[in-house]
Amino acid sequence: MKRRGRLADQVFKLITLLFALAIAGLVVLMIVEMARDSSLSFEKFGASFIWREVWDPVREEFGALPFIYGSAVSSIIGLIIAVPVSIGVSVFLVEHAPRSLSTPISFLVQLLAAIPSVVYGLWGIFVLAPLLRDTVYPRIQSAFGFLPLFKGTPNGLGLMTAGIILSIMIIPIVTAVATDVMRAVSRTQPEAALALGATKWEATWIVIQNARSGITGAVILGLGRAIGETMAVTMVIGNRPQISASLFDPSFTIASAIANEFTEATSEIYRHALVELGLILFVITFVINAFARLLVWGVTRGEGKGAHA
Amino acid sequence: MINHSKPIAILLLVCAFVLNACSGSTSSEVRLQGAGATFPNPIYQKWFSAYNQSHPNLKFDYQSIGSGGGIKQISERTVDFGGSDAPMKDDDLKAAKGEILHIPTVLGADVITYNLPGVATELKLTPEAIAGIFLGNIKHWNDPQIASANAGVNLPASEIVVVHRSDGSGTTFVFTDYLSKISAEWQQKVGAGTSVNWPAGLGAKGNEGVTGQVKQTPNSIGYVELIYAEQNKLPYASVKNSAGEFARPALDSITAAAAGAATQMPDDLRISITNASGAGAYPIASFTYLLVYKDQQDQAKGKALADFLWWAIHDGEQMAKDLLYAPLPSEVVKRAEAKINSITNQGKPLRAS
Repeated sequence: MKRRGRLADQVFKLITLLFALAIAGLVVLMIVEMARDSSLSFEKFGASFIWREVWDPVREEFGALPFIYGSAVSSIIGLIIAVPVSIGVSVFLVEHAPRSLSTPISFLVQLLAAIPSVVYGLWGIFVLAPLLRDTVYPRIQSAFGFLPLFKGTPNGLGLMTAGIILSIMIIPIVTAVATDVMRAVSRTQPEAALALGATKWEATWIVIQNARSGITGAVILGLGRAIGETMAVTMVIGNRPQISASLFDPSFTIASAIANEFTEATSEIYRHALVELGLILFVITFVINAFARLLVWGVTRGEGKGAHA
Repeated sequence: MINHSKPIAILLLVCAFVLNACSGSTSSEVRLQGAGATFPNPIYQKWFSAYNQSHPNLKFDYQSIGSGGGIKQISERTVDFGGSDAPMKDDDLKAAKGEILHIPTVLGADVITYNLPGVATELKLTPEAIAGIFLGNIKHWNDPQIASANAGVNLPASEIVVVHRSDGSGTTFVFTDYLSKISAEWQQKVGAGTSVNWPAGLGAKGNEGVTGQVKQTPNSIGYVELIYAEQNKLPYASVKNSAGEFARPALDSITAAAAGAATQMPDDLRISITNASGAGAYPIASFTYLLVYKDQQDQAKGKALADFLWWAIHDGEQMAKDLLYAPLPSEVVKRAEAKINSITNQGKPLRAS
């Protein structure tokens, strides 16, 4: 009986090991396949593919820079708006809200996360974009119009609108993770601080300090979602591969370019250029995640007994 | 062990059931698979279900994945027929595994739709104005190039917001093909294709995306399939054709464009009818094609396909107008008949037998 049990343990261990290796294998396989399927555009453009600005399917001239720019800037705008809001919501939920309020709010936040992104996109086109175009952007422009960031005619679609939609989409995930992390952090320190006469704000600050590695993780998760988001962004960003200083101008992201153009990419090199865009997106998310892990690892090691969320 | 045997038994049962269901279909059933253009998908689906009622043993499966995908799949023989709005290029035909025939089925048109608050009259656009707007050279609605053809219309001084497709599409091909023919600058700067490097404007995904965007954005202009403008009650412009008259996009003027072009139709029926000459012809129109191999590998499938195609260009055409597709002119039906009759299986014609 015991021997059989041990054998079963061994077999089980082997099987799980196989699964674990399969994940690694899958990642490698994906990279290899994408590299193979983008060989033509590699051969033609080489590394310059990354900084070329032209995207002309008719003349078969391709470059990724406008898409990288669009992905990066829209995600950064999303983060700039989402992170303070999310942390604020988390602090409220963990530190201040009575249970009767925190439960429904947490529930609502999680509900937001479950809405399919195409619904956000529809709402973006029909509600948000006209609202921004008619009331918000003209006001921003009259106040800060001298900055190159806010020049041009805002028609409601562009980097800024995409960033705002993204911020709404990533608030739930950042809030949910940040809340969990703050709840997981030991209560003894802030309570001790309160007992010593610290203000509520000072105690809250201790919680944020202790949870910061986890909060960083939450932000990175949000960034990951923002950079890979496709449908909602493509519906509001204006889908124009250009690099323009103004946030009101249309732009394009890597993910939405692939979704838009893949079905009718008839020529071989066109398809290869799109796959290469995919490869770039893959590498970017990979690097971001690796960086986040390093960051979290560094912070937790430094703290010793920090958040383990 | 007892606990484990139950799910396995259920699994076996399920497997047996699935296998049985697969082998259970009668051997006389013919299944035709197709893939391609999205634009004719509604009428194709209608044809399939109507034809299936009289031929219950024949099942169709058409994936509307886009013309590009349709060409790719028929070239590799992974489907029995493909669908494409633009005719195949010479290179693609050479790369295919056998000779491919183009059977025109119905006609479609791109209309130029716009959102001009306060303008109730229908706009008239000259080719020069259209090219200028989409090139970004004409920036305001009250530009003389637009105003000269629209005497009496109070055009606003506001900036034009150009909306185009962001996804690759046959609609874009037809539109840019037209622009390339009427404007040397367009031809040289941009060219024709399913997706191009647009010199101006915003991209929206799909006909519905452009429709929605134009509807949402004051002072915008875009191009969509006729049916989308019609269903969304958007206004659309009359366009000056090569005969010098303003043609309003309608099923009759689209068929007129095809009839005008039919005389110049080459032997393989691959033709672009944008900027067609002929009285009343609307200039931004195109055929949509079904692509089939001339020599069919499977006798039963080939016969069923040829018979269906014959039915489609005769009985099927009657259903076109209800769904806002322009039917083929009779000259083109005759040319297509000859093509369908030339379909063979191992050298033997399938229709005549």
